Amino acid sequence: MKLQIEQPTHLVDISRLPLAEIEDTPEGGLRLGAMTTNSQVAADPRVRARYPVLAQAILSGASGQLRNKATTAGNLLQRTRCAYFYDTTKPCNKREPGAGCAAIGGIYANTAIFGASEACVATHPSDMAVALSALDAKIETESGAGEARVLAMDGFHRLPGDTPHIETELRPAEMITAVVLPPPPPGGQIYRKARERASYAFAIGSVAVAGGKVALGAVAHKPWRAEAAELALEQGASPAEAMAAELKGARPDGHNDFKLKLMTRLGAACLTTTGAGDDQ
Amino acid sequence: MSSVKDWAAPTPISENRSGLIGKGVDRYEGRLKVTGSAPFAYEVEAPSPPAYGVLIASPIAKGLVASADISAAQAAPGVRLVWTPHNVPAQGERGAKINPRSQRGANPALAARIEHFGQHVGFVVADTLENAKAAAALVRFEYAAEPADLIFEDNFAKADQPEGEEDVRVGDFEAAFAGAPVRLDETYVSPLQNHAQMEPCATTAWWDGDNVTVHTSIQMVKGGQHTLAETLMIPSTQVRLLTRYIGGGFGGKGQSYDDLTLAALAARELGQPVKVAYTRQQMFQATIHRPAVHMRVRLGAQADGRLDAFALEAVTHCRREAPFTEHAANFARSLYAAPNRLTGHRLVKLDIPAAGAMRAPGEASGMLSLECAMDELAEQLGLDPIELRLRNEPDTDPETGKPFSTRQLVRCMTEGAQRFGWDRRNPKPGQVRDGRWLVGLGMAAAIRGNFLLPAKAGVRIDADGTITLRQGMTDIGTGTYTILAQITAETLGVPLAQVKVELGDSDFPPAPGSGGQFGAATAGSAAFAAGMNLRKALAELATGDPNSPLYGDDPELVTFGGGNIAVDNRAEPLERLVVRAAPEGVYVEGSITPAADARDYSQHTYGAHFAEVGVDPDTGEVRLRRMFGVFAAGRILNAKTAMSQITGGMIWGVGTALHEYNEVDPRYGSFIAQDLAGYHVPAHADIVDLSAMFLDEVDDKANPMGIKGVGELGIAGAGAAIANAVYNACGARIRDYPLTPEKVLAALP
Ligand SMILES: Cc1cc2nc3c(=O)[nH]c(=O)nc-3n(C[C@H](O)[C@H](O)[C@H](O)COP(=O)(O)OP(=O)(O)OC[C@H]3O[C@@H](n4cnc5c(N)ncnc54)[C@H](O)[C@@H]3O)c2cc1C
Ligand code: SF4
Repeated sequence: MKLQIEQPTHLVDISRLPLAEIEDTPEGGLRLGAMTTNSQVAADPRVRARYPVLAQAILSGASGQLRNKATTAGNLLQRTRCAYFYDTTKPCNKREPGAGCAAIGGIYANTAIFGASEACVATHPSDMAVALSALDAKIETESGAGEARVLAMDGFHRLPGDTPHIETELRPAEMITAVVLPPPPPGGQIYRKARERASYAFAIGSVAVAGGKVALGAVAHKPWRAEAAELALEQGASPAEAMAAELKGARPDGHNDFKLKLMTRLGAACLTTTGAGDDQ
Repeated sequence: MSSVKDWAAPTPISENRSGLIGKGVDRYEGRLKVTGSAPFAYEVEAPSPPAYGVLIASPIAKGLVASADISAAQAAPGVRLVWTPHNVPAQGERGAKINPRSQRGANPALAARIEHFGQHVGFVVADTLENAKAAAALVRFEYAAEPADLIFEDNFAKADQPEGEEDVRVGDFEAAFAGAPVRLDETYVSPLQNHAQMEPCATTAWWDGDNVTVHTSIQMVKGGQHTLAETLMIPSTQVRLLTRYIGGGFGGKGQSYDDLTLAALAARELGQPVKVAYTRQQMFQATIHRPAVHMRVRLGAQADGRLDAFALEAVTHCRREAPFTEHAANFARSLYAAPNRLTGHRLVKLDIPAAGAMRAPGEASGMLSLECAMDELAEQLGLDPIELRLRNEPDTDPETGKPFSTRQLVRCMTEGAQRFGWDRRNPKPGQVRDGRWLVGLGMAAAIRGNFLLPAKAGVRIDADGTITLRQGMTDIGTGTYTILAQITAETLGVPLAQVKVELGDSDFPPAPGSGGQFGAATAGSAAFAAGMNLRKALAELATGDPNSPLYGDDPELVTFGGGNIAVDNRAEPLERLVVRAAPEGVYVEGSITPAADARDYSQHTYGAHFAEVGVDPDTGEVRLRRMFGVFAAGRILNAKTAMSQITGGMIWGVGTALHEYNEVDPRYGSFIAQDLAGYHVPAHADIVDLSAMFLDEVDDKANPMGIKGVGELGIAGAGAAIANAVYNACGARIRDYPLTPEKVLAALP
């Protein structure tokens, strides 16, 4: 809003809705209210004990001050960090549908290697969302009319296609009420993030592993569930082979080619640490 | 004119009787700043309610503003005025002077000819910032764009010798290099960097009849005052410029920008105070930056490491209409011995924002090259990098043969090596691991010139004993207020609490401002001279006053200490003397000029950096583990502010090596990073264990106090120590800064 990218005529204050609780679910998981803060979730003893991948992912993001204010729903819905998105003198389909995409042919390198389109090559910047993807979280929503829905984390964010301005499956006048974590999967968990400085920087590539589930960050318009890697692991592949299988589907653009080597190594290192490649 | 010989005599500063010189006293204005009560330029309260100005930037890099439709903006709520190149009031032409004694020429805003992306083409003033911003979005421009040269590397063929400069040659470099048994020929690239000061450029301006008062954020008081006078085409006596607190300058605020010009113009037009501040994006696109530099280093050595041939040739860039050379080779002229030498610069003119001075201009970029080349040569020779430097330590300035004023480079290296544990370095890269991290050590030397400029200061004592130092100097966050208070208190033998310091006002005796690490020496020497003159005036006052216990004494024998004026054991408090003998107070001025023979000496500050880094072989991420520096920079005035300056410089060096860069989009001429989320400088987590020490030193050729600058030395060479440590950790020699994960990963096996 400060940069006049969004100029809403009305703002609705949702900060006092009673959505700031973390509750146990009957299934043995956790329900994170939409307004829980990043700091609160990362510090919750249940999250730390049972979902370390989530605590690690949140703590690797932003800064202490930002995490104190950032909420579970807000972090999921944060906009891309594509440099051209923020420079309103440049064409950007996400800002202005049909205007064109300055990132294509540009020099911004933190772009997608999976699922990019002719219309948009931006990546989703959230760390938390990558962990939620590996954890198979569910998103609970409610519409203005009171209709409740449950969406799978993996399908919540969209690939850009030719409508990069529509980033999620959320409908107009629908809001997130909670994120539900299923019981923790068996097996190790880890989140690792590569970035250009030790803190307060967005990922240039990240990996979340929860048991046999793998999600990658900063490689696509959404948290990228590494299904090919998961399948390869199930079939007995080594960590390096599993990552190679996943990255076969990557389409680097010349500026972001480094992400191939980065994701191969980082992914393999994470899978080795959690033992995800071992016989389970 | 004085001679440096005069400066060797004992002074109140060298005697340091109350021990204030060197003491790590807290910042004079620290409490005001941490409590948020120091008014920065934008926050200064105007005499009547102000209007708010917003600048509109060009989206093209080169061409003309063909037309501008301001009707919608003019009709928007709260709007007071809308200016474009077509209706902005008359201003002095760029560089023009009507006052012959002006230090600088006019700097007009809102030109129709566009010379870089982000140049301001429109200006809107409204009753609130929000209304101004909303109206600014309604101005419709049409442009006639022209082809522009935007990318440095694409325009190397157009590189030229900077005007008025020649390469410096000693001996026959080419022949010596060709004949040297061991040779190195490598090119190093330092990136374009932005100053990214915390406080953006900002001005509050108002008029009183024909006189304008401006509070602005600028490093040079006179420069800003004269520029504005020339731009407004009025005598500089009608411009009062104040700059009391500055949230960082780093060279980027050595000149004024459109906020100053347009705030003053609009305040005149509206008869109302006007405030204008740059946005963060405008700070990137519409101020100056440190240009990128390509540096070719050639070293020819004997097998024992002695250099026969040395060359450093730097190619850099500037804005087409604003010549500026990043003198990245100059430092090397005084660093290592070699009988055959070549240094020089080439300049590429581009249509991007202007290049300009940024903390340690020259050294900060330049040392990234030679200090890595020395590391590479040491490895080729099988020598320790410190040993190679010791073997090339000159007795006199290697280019000019002049004696050094002081030079403790060798001690900086040997002392640092011992304290850091340099002997634990394994010269073979890639041998040390800590968990998944590859660990390595690196070092580099530091050198930065020392300067003294002409300056004045005024000091008065009032009947209550308060001593007030006044100077048209600036404190850009470095500690100038504090050291001037220390110098004044020590000179006059009074407690610190009795001294007030007032800076940043064009009505005060002029000082050149903050830059080139000359501030403390220059402003401080003038303050010291003023203090000495006040001593003399008070001594004469006391010895001539029949009611003084000092009556009839020789003024030469008068001493100052503990707040008293005394001869032997006859004494009285200063305020008793003043209230009785000069109840209206005593005011004197003092000045400093460089000594006539100052240039007979090669005068520099020196240091050595030691760094330990970890490299993550999975990601190519580099993390600093610890860093230590040893520096020799003359007498240290304040242990705390000097340490902050030197470690601050080192931290910037870490950022230069690992994080900090900007790039120009080849299609638009805009910088890719335009905010502090995208433009990375080190965060706290990047600087875990970093410290420094100063060697004892007094440079009696530098100025009467024997001090030198510390503001820029810390950054010189720091990044090279990191790059050398990265090589030692993982065997990847990256000559293109910064060493981002992307580049390191590509270089890893
Ligand atoms: C400089 C910087 C660095 C950062 N670094 C990182 C990082 O490294 N990693 C990372 O993961 N994140 C990072 N962030 C993101 C940060 O952690 C916040 O999550 C993000 O800025 C969103 O802020 P917020 O959570 O307060 O959401 P808001 O700003 O309040 O909301 C974001 C959007 O979501 C909408 N929204 C909020 N709640 C709901 C709801 N319940 N239902 C429907 N819509 C809703 C809002 O209307 C808005 O459109 C960074 C942010 C900044 C500014
Ligand atoms: S990549 Fe997407 S966000 Fe970036 S400029 Fe293109 S359309 Fe806009």
